[in-house]
Amino acid sequence: MDSYETFEYDVLVVGAGGAGLRAVIAAREAGCSVGVVCKSLLGKAHTVMAEGGVAAALGNMKSPDGMNEPDSWKVHLTDTFKGGAFLNNPRTVEIFAKEAPDRVLELEQYGAVFDRTPEGLIAERPFGGHKYRRLNHVGDRTGLELIRTVQDKAVGVGMSVHMEVTLTRLLKDGDRVVGAFGYHRDSGNFVVFRAKAIVLATGGWGRMYQFTSNSWEGTGDGLQMAYEAGAELLDMEMIQFHPTGMAWPPGMRGILVTEGVRGEGGILKNNKGERFMFNPEYTPPLYKGQFAEDAAEAARWLDDKKNNRRPPELLPRDVVARAIYKEVEAGRGTEHKAVLLDVTHRGEQYIKRKLPSMYEQFHALGAVDITKEAMEVYPTIHYTMGGVWAEPEGCATTVPGLFAAGEVAAGLHGANRLGGNSLSDILVFGKRAGEGAAAYAQSTKLGTIDSSQITAELGILMQPLGASEGENPYKIHQELQENMQHDCMIARTEEGLTRALNKIQELKLRATKLKVAGTTAFNPGWHAARDLRFMLNTSEIIVRCALQRKESRGAQWRLDYPSLDAEWGKKNLVATKDGDSILIKERPLAEMSAELKAIVEEYK
Amino acid sequence: METITLRIFRGDASGGKLVDYKVETFPNMVVLDAIHSIQAEQDSTIACRWNCKAAKCGSCSAEIDGKPALMCKTQVHDCKGDVITVTPMRTFPLLKDLVTDVSWNYRMAAKIPPLTPRADVAGSPFNMQQIDVDRVQEFRKCIECFLCQNVCHVLREHERTDAFFGPRQMVRIASLEMHPMDDLNRREQLKGEAGVGFCNITKCCTEVCPESIHITDNAIIPLKERVVDDYFDPVRKGLVALGLIKKSKKAPLNSVPNDLTKIIV
Repeated sequence: MDSYETFEYDVLVVGAGGAGLRAVIAAREAGCSVGVVCKSLLGKAHTVMAEGGVAAALGNMKSPDGMNEPDSWKVHLTDTFKGGAFLNNPRTVEIFAKEAPDRVLELEQYGAVFDRTPEGLIAERPFGGHKYRRLNHVGDRTGLELIRTVQDKAVGVGMSVHMEVTLTRLLKDGDRVVGAFGYHRDSGNFVVFRAKAIVLATGGWGRMYQFTSNSWEGTGDGLQMAYEAGAELLDMEMIQFHPTGMAWPPGMRGILVTEGVRGEGGILKNNKGERFMFNPEYTPPLYKGQFAEDAAEAARWLDDKKNNRRPPELLPRDVVARAIYKEVEAGRGTEHKAVLLDVTHRGEQYIKRKLPSMYEQFHALGAVDITKEAMEVYPTIHYTMGGVWAEPEGCATTVPGLFAAGEVAAGLHGANRLGGNSLSDILVFGKRAGEGAAAYAQSTKLGTIDSSQITAELGILMQPLGASEGENPYKIHQELQENMQHDCMIARTEEGLTRALNKIQELKLRATKLKVAGTTAFNPGWHAARDLRFMLNTSEIIVRCALQRKESRGAQWRLDYPSLDAEWGKKNLVATKDGDSILIKERPLAEMSAELKAIVEEYK
Repeated sequence: METITLRIFRGDASGGKLVDYKVETFPNMVVLDAIHSIQAEQDSTIACRWNCKAAKCGSCSAEIDGKPALMCKTQVHDCKGDVITVTPMRTFPLLKDLVTDVSWNYRMAAKIPPLTPRADVAGSPFNMQQIDVDRVQEFRKCIECFLCQNVCHVLREHERTDAFFGPRQMVRIASLEMHPMDDLNRREQLKGEAGVGFCNITKCCTEVCPESIHITDNAIIPLKERVVDDYFDPVRKGLVALGLIKKSKKAPLNSVPNDLTKIIV
């Protein structure tokens, strides 16, 4: 171990998106030395892709009668439970809804410059599944604002930033996580980190699908490192299909079209020009009567949100994604197997002011002028509700010394995440994870690392470079993507999932023998080899959980079990490593307190 | 299917050469798509940075047919001729192929103190009108692609990374200097280590900005004016000397600790 470059910190934060950087700030303010590892350059993490806003019940918006919308953490909590089909961890949701407003206001103090209301407060926009206007935003580039803000603040409080380092294994001392091992992307040199506590903030995993809004980073390495270290993974079948990904041109397929377009009045149409979301069968019972039932009311809502109900385009994401899927399957899609999203009625000036980056994205990348033409959209893999179980108070995982926050963690969103909740999630639980890790670090010493762990990891990492024969990792990755896209997408069946599982097992076997040219120095082929193994195991866990949950709930839509099942609604699925196999257990969902039950009853 | 040729720089600090690759195109293919296709099918060792592929993260900066641009935002059909030449940004030290060491930018950024709210507003929600934050929001659109730093001749031709923070950091300082609630006097830094005087307003940075930020007109020139006000305006100097006006109401820069952050690459 002495032969590797080694760094020591009280707290090591893995991942430098919003959750990671917010954890850095918290751990520093608690007095710890902090190192942060970014897979890319600082400030490029997936948080920049968030567009619509950060959900927090500030209650800044006024109705035409001059009264403020009666928003509160209680309504936000209720909306989050409803959106998540009640699979959420109740205490996690409670903390989240209560603390989100403070975390957003704090961003202002750090330097974020949100859009303003006429009264000079932070402007909030409507979004899917949120009863009131609640998405605090900066045009349609809220994620960029958020990451730059916490980045600048974290730089200000002081940290050691390790850019372009990929970690591939957590190192343990007995049961406890005490370090991490990985490589510098540019030089290919290996590096060891020793820390008293580690915060995992590595984001989600969408790259095993063909059409995804995720960047190259979304390969699930953080998730798999935690799994390898013995952490419990929760609700892994729950993967969000964002209803509106770009469907055309081909190179842009899957890139996100913000829900803000619908929040600003965008309407969905099929190839017959029908506004299909008005079809009553698309509105789930829980939301009956809460949405506009004709175009006239939906149009009035744009200017008077108090006396009119929201357009059905603003139903939660899982609902809208299923409706789009059904329209296209019924032959009512466009020639590119998509539906149309039209916001032209809001006028050129309004669109350019409220949705500038969408305008630019379609104009520059797709040669489409969204002020004059409709966009072609289709669901895209967007977000992972499932992940590493982290208790809500200090975000500790089930492995001592390991904490998790943000998309890699699970518990908050249940079976489906509401738009805008991810950005407040990373602030609320990024802070708590930083504090939790700091408190743990202050109560312990650095551990010792047995170097056999590093030797084992090196064996896996180096196999493809020395190989005289073997497969191209890109080829296997492509087959995995086709497999997951086809058989573990939005509509799932026992038959399809079983086929997916068999295919993954075949690919896993083939992936033990890979061959890559070149050296360890900035070699994307070599990186792809390790990423592939992470993605294969993640895919297997997803498919196994999807097979086991025999009901339709939130993002899990089983054609062979099309209804909600009350019994399944009381259970989470927990996946852990059991030797070489994946152990999946059913666990009773944490009980909601009487106080929270009463709140949900009142506001649902 | 149409085929194009990508001529890509391959090499590292010790030297390199341009290598041709043939790629089959599809509608609206961008240069980054072409590189991904080469990596997957022809040569997986080509080093190239990217993240969002939607012109939002600023990772895939390069020089395409000599012009600094984002690879994810440049369509192959918009490139003239049958061959598209892709080379790394020239201003920064080359690491490998299309990847350069841009860590200098982060080290300069770390020298700029963050927003420091006035005592009367610190800790409570800000009340600011949209019209008062419009100009700050323009600067905050920056995606840190560093293309402006790459074309800035102070950095590129004269290699004065020791004397000028570059257009990106001017935009950052402007976003703080013009923030209605900020209470730090950043002009000493601007005149000193940040070197705003080195810019001679050729506007090359503005021209390459993928976010269309008016870097020179809206950020750098007003910053130059503020420095001139404080340090070179004889009338103002006289009024300050006579005690008729204050030099600055804002807190001095040295009230904020600097350089706590280490950038390790």
